[in-house]
Amino acid sequence: MAESHAILDEHGHSHDEEHHVGWKKYAVIGLVLAIITGVEVAIFYVDALAPVLVPALLVLSAAKFFLVVQYYMHLKMDHPIFGRVFWAPLFLAVLVVIGMVILFKILPTYGVFS
Amino acid sequence: MATAEVHVHTPITQPTKKKSVIWDWMTTVDHKKIGILYGVTALFFFIVAGIEATLIRIQLAKPENAFLGPDVYNQIFTMHGTTMIFLVGMPMAVAMFNYIVPLQIGARDVAFPRLNALSYWIFLFGAIFMNFSFLLGAAPNGGWFGYAPLTSTQYGPGLNIDFWALGLQALGVASIMGGVNFVTTIIQLRAPGMRLMRMPLFTWMTLFTSFLLITALPVFAVALFLVTFDRFWATNFFVMQSGGDPMVWQHLFWMFGHPEVYILILPAFGIVSEIIPTFSRKPLFGYAVMVYSGALIALIGWGVWAHHMFASGMGPIADAFFTISTMIIAIPTGVKIFNWIATMWGGRIQFSTAMLHAVGMLITFTIGGVSGVMHATSPHDLQQTDTYFVVAHFHYVLIGGLILAIFGGLYFWFPKLTGRMMNERLGKWQFWIYFIGFNVTFMPQHWIGLLGMPRRIFTYSADLNLASLNMLSTVGVFIQIAGVAMLAGNIIWSARRGRVASENPWNAATLEWATTSPPAEHNFNQIPTVHSREPMWVEADQVRASTLGPMEPHMHMPPNSYWPIFTAVGVVATFILFMTNIWWMPLVGLVWTVIGAINWAYEPV
Amino acid sequence: MGVGVWGVRSGQTIHKELILATAAVEHHHPVHPPTATGLNTWKVGFWVFMGSETLFFGSLISIYLVYKGTSVVGPYPSDVFDIPLTTVSTFVLLMSSLAVVLALDFLRAGRRNLALFWTMMIIVLGATFLGFQAYEFTHFYHVGLTLSTNLFGSTFFVLTGFHGAHVTIGVIWLLILWVDMFRGKLRPENSLRLEIAGLYWHFVDIVWIAIFTLIYLME
Ligand SMILES: [Cu+2]
Repeated sequence: MAESHAILDEHGHSHDEEHHVGWKKYAVIGLVLAIITGVEVAIFYVDALAPVLVPALLVLSAAKFFLVVQYYMHLKMDHPIFGRVFWAPLFLAVLVVIGMVILFKILPTYGVFS
Repeated sequence: MATAEVHVHTPITQPTKKKSVIWDWMTTVDHKKIGILYGVTALFFFIVAGIEATLIRIQLAKPENAFLGPDVYNQIFTMHGTTMIFLVGMPMAVAMFNYIVPLQIGARDVAFPRLNALSYWIFLFGAIFMNFSFLLGAAPNGGWFGYAPLTSTQYGPGLNIDFWALGLQALGVASIMGGVNFVTTIIQLRAPGMRLMRMPLFTWMTLFTSFLLITALPVFAVALFLVTFDRFWATNFFVMQSGGDPMVWQHLFWMFGHPEVYILILPAFGIVSEIIPTFSRKPLFGYAVMVYSGALIALIGWGVWAHHMFASGMGPIADAFFTISTMIIAIPTGVKIFNWIATMWGGRIQFSTAMLHAVGMLITFTIGGVSGVMHATSPHDLQQTDTYFVVAHFHYVLIGGLILAIFGGLYFWFPKLTGRMMNERLGKWQFWIYFIGFNVTFMPQHWIGLLGMPRRIFTYSADLNLASLNMLSTVGVFIQIAGVAMLAGNIIWSARRGRVASENPWNAATLEWATTSPPAEHNFNQIPTVHSREPMWVEADQVRASTLGPMEPHMHMPPNSYWPIFTAVGVVATFILFMTNIWWMPLVGLVWTVIGAINWAYEPV
Repeated sequence: MGVGVWGVRSGQTIHKELILATAAVEHHHPVHPPTATGLNTWKVGFWVFMGSETLFFGSLISIYLVYKGTSVVGPYPSDVFDIPLTTVSTFVLLMSSLAVVLALDFLRAGRRNLALFWTMMIIVLGATFLGFQAYEFTHFYHVGLTLSTNLFGSTFFVLTGFHGAHVTIGVIWLLILWVDMFRGKLRPENSLRLEIAGLYWHFVDIVWIAIFTLIYLME
């Protein structure tokens, strides 16, 4: 990774002092993402954790999801309108998944009420 | 970055290179022209769907009629429903979004003008493709909601369902792109001072409709892909021998299908919310409540879908949930009706043709709403489902709600589109004739349904004693035809000979009335700054000083582009080429699309 | 990709972001007036589009879950899934998201070579992920699982196939951007092009986060 020179835009302004590269923060988040994935797989292989497998995996993958969206996609730092146009449909998408699972997987197990 | 670049822009007044008129329309990116294209196409398909409806009613005019026969009847009622919803209702609304919303928010165009053109061409090619099936005698025949397993290759051999699934897939792509475009337009391109809570109600309803388009249509796209893959690539999604479950289709379809109902009716609410204040000479009563109730309808509209499926045996928990949620959604809808009435209360009401349509819509839509609440109750619904009562209900909502509002909007905005007024005398005759014809057609169907006549069956026994009510309903259709013919005549006559319209012939309050009729390509000479919800009532002089004042320097309008229509060919071809039954053929269309998209990306705008 | 950012207002002040957004066209900067929010229209539109995509993948995932355990013949998930292998490919995709944020930051900082390097890393990691997927698909095919074998095959291949198609589009998109960056056409001023491609890439990544957990680990 050779050091590169700052390129100049057409007006001769240099941009390199405007930004400091936040690679450390990003690398830490990348590390956390990798660790969570490792933990998920570990939980998957440990039989003793079978009863909490589903909730644990849901929480962990949601954490990864939020980390990527909030930091890598900058929603945390960006204008709230970006979040609104994304979270509102995502809320409905989650509702679709939950609704379908309830209708097809949970209600039928209720016997007389199904 | 410095702002010193020197831009040389083609001044708008400079005569552009002479190209043919047709080429200009094929490559246009002007939201007003695209709006007109949508509107004309939708009116054409309105006539097509009307002919289909007439054939249905002729077949049902007397018992044991042999006019159509079951096979053709299935195709006709399927295409009537599909056409009315996807090729008439949605594009009529989109036509008005296109023409009116940029003007109402004080913008020069939509956020993505070329994407807008792409939406239109995909819509047009998809619509032609689907109707092309008639020439092969293989029009879709599984009903507009295409229940599995009617769409399987086992029960639906032949090309009929292929045309339906692939054609709708193309239309859905166009709708999603339109939705993205309008959400972005409304967020981004409002004139200075036009805060969200100053936006006209029609713009608000466009925003909510667009939100429903971008959320509901992807669900439908997935459902249609599953059907397509079942048919062409032998997947098992709805194949019961392999464990496939037709109920999955029903849930997916109505998860899209119910928001779709609001995609159709929210624009109507928006139109009526513009017409009623204008002709009552009063600001809309309860503006904020109207906005929030629209938002609530769009949101709760996502949690009621299974009220279409009470007869499918979901069990008491699901039935109870969807009964309650459906009843709750009637509340914000009722709030809107009361607000419109309160707007008229104490106003100086002027019964123009547009206002007549709006008030007529309130009456018929309320009737449709009440019958809707009736079958929101799941036990009640079991009695009514799949009968003509349901047919009566949704025609009161969609014809009595959407189409009457669209007609009203047409009378209202026609002067802006053409610079000429529509004929009011003819218009009022047309309203009453159409309104009476509509009620004569559909009011008896409530009784026909309650007396037990099922929908979608090509004939009925004379023993049912339904002949006279059915004949009455058929007579109503011909009264409606007279009304539509008068409307068509009025449009054609008025476009050429109507009285010349001023900028604001109705003395309405919103920004589209601040510019010339019809507006110049750039809409406004200068973008106005607004300080109120009713700029043309509160601050008209100051607004006009901008919109009609000296031309803004450095105005840049995007040039015409042929990449949208080029790309649209690729998108629609991708779906059509499934019908070759060669697995890689759709990729040809995809490659065409990618070539179009890359050239598009590097085109100077 | 260059849906022109467009929405003409008073042409006096030019917001920097808007100039940056001139997509591919370097020689031609139309006067972009400020928008109502001050935000870039292209970026707003892209977030709206991604909102729409969540419903697309949400529906596909719900189909997989609804049909889980309903196949009437094998092979079943537990017969074919290779968790260690998929863990590696998941890791590869996660790291490609890290490459995206680094590429964008280096591009914005004007450090061209590093930006080129990390953009190439995204492409390489993305292609590696696709390679894993191709290997997985052919392996499943050889043990007798196809689109039409059973509901597991249908739901699995359609869901992961659509995801793979999205990754493929992302790889092509980033290749185009890499070439532009190499030729000096993608620079700090129009880094928004890379930012939006990056958003797309992250989106594809979060879809995979959901798929890996819901489909592979909860088999
Ligand atoms: Cu409904």
